[in-house]
Amino acid sequence: MAEPQRARPKPTPETQHFWDGTKAGELRLQRCDACAHVYFPPRPFCPSCASRKVSAFKASGKGFLYSYVINHRPAAPGFTPPYAIAVVELAEGPRMMSNIIDCPQTPEALELDMKLEVAFEKLDDAITLPVFRPAKG
Amino acid sequence: MRSNQVAVVGAAETTELGVIPNASQLQLHADAALNAIADAGLKLSDIDGFATAVETPQQVCHYLGIKPTWVDGTSVGGCSFMLHVRHAAAAIEAGLCKTVLITHAESGKSMIGKAPRSIPVDSLQGQFEAPFGVYGPPSMFPIPVLRFMKTYGITHEQLASVAVVQREWAAKNPRAMMKDPITVADVLNSRMIAYPFRLLQCCLVTDGGGALILTSADRARDFPRKPVYIMGTGESVETPMVSQMETFNSSRAFKTAGPLAFKEAGITHGDVDHLMIYDAFAHLPLFGLGDLGFMPHEETGKFIADGNTRPGGKLPLNTNGGGLSYMHSGMYGMYALQESVRQMRGIAPAQLPNAKISVCHGVGGMFAASGTIVFTNER
Repeated sequence: MAEPQRARPKPTPETQHFWDGTKAGELRLQRCDACAHVYFPPRPFCPSCASRKVSAFKASGKGFLYSYVINHRPAAPGFTPPYAIAVVELAEGPRMMSNIIDCPQTPEALELDMKLEVAFEKLDDAITLPVFRPAKG
Repeated sequence: MRSNQVAVVGAAETTELGVIPNASQLQLHADAALNAIADAGLKLSDIDGFATAVETPQQVCHYLGIKPTWVDGTSVGGCSFMLHVRHAAAAIEAGLCKTVLITHAESGKSMIGKAPRSIPVDSLQGQFEAPFGVYGPPSMFPIPVLRFMKTYGITHEQLASVAVVQREWAAKNPRAMMKDPITVADVLNSRMIAYPFRLLQCCLVTDGGGALILTSADRARDFPRKPVYIMGTGESVETPMVSQMETFNSSRAFKTAGPLAFKEAGITHGDVDHLMIYDAFAHLPLFGLGDLGFMPHEETGKFIADGNTRPGGKLPLNTNGGGLSYMHSGMYGMYALQESVRQMRGIAPAQLPNAKISVCHGVGGMFAASGTIVFTNER
């Protein structure tokens, strides 16, 4: 019997550019051409000023650990507990949920405000997830 | 909306609470509704307005044989019933209907006749939260806690004391699921669920339901029970994605709904005799006390740990034992409303002497929505 699979996102027309980006090794955010607001999750208009003139751009991939839980039970399919579910604040402003790799999943190792950088975890040919690791240096 | 123009004239929970293996979710709606109708001394045919959440109004109205001229299916999570009260009060004042029944029921434990909650894989939550291992409320609702604790200097012991104090209230309530006293050490040694939260800081999972009946304050005088007036109301929503809250230091939905209700009621915090803050998890009363303006967030942990919300304290909070110890079928807001109504009627198991104003504050989803109702027993 196959192992239970991690929840697999299904892109929509509005989010496809984001998932194309992760597949290409880029974390893409959107910026409003009218008011310069940077936002996430993706949508083809600015949630701050309602302009439909917006552009996707490659984010720095840098951020810091805003908050997290270390989930023990019940574990999601495809995850071995305990594992951290983190919210990362990106240098450009928006926050996103993710996982922290290359780091013990403990309160001692996972310090709030620690610097993080994006990495990419390929699920399959269509979907690559953005995850984060402690920043070097 | 004007204060005290609409009143609760019927209120009841399901005949049983806890584990109810012999009834479907729909039947629990009916059981609560029939109990509330009997409480109000009404007939089903007297009901001309209806509101419910999760189940649709057509489902429950058909099952009960109700023929409404006004319905509300607002379904924003566990505070939906606070929003129903607000909407019903406005509808009654506007003359759209005369007598509104609001029902909640959930076969949360036994899962009989209940569709499992699922997140579509192409929703924003399905794309940008689910892949990272969130799996039910215990893995999501506590995500803001560590940031909140760091910002305000809240300790693990203070967060544990929330569960301890509520167990003290539950001990006074024969219908509470969990009544044995617990200590801060018990909480901090209970099974880890999602760090920093342990089992005793997470709500129960039970079966049950409740129903309310509202009518105009002028008609309310003719009903058998002491009327409980709707003095003030507020509501808001923020985001279905906990990761996308404006900040983890407060809830925007709380900060919108709460002050709206206080303003409409024309009260200050010192006027509040009784307070309910929906406690699906132990941090919610801290967010609530701060966001509703009772005190700065920094003081909320100490305030509870020092015993100010316990029996005999100056601000009695969650006097039924709350979602942590009384019951939590999944959408607890209805039970918070029931306790406010009992306190205002003077019939609560842990009745507060001379309580005249009760504030009942609810949350929906993971800080996704909020509704606040101010009740009074004086007009």
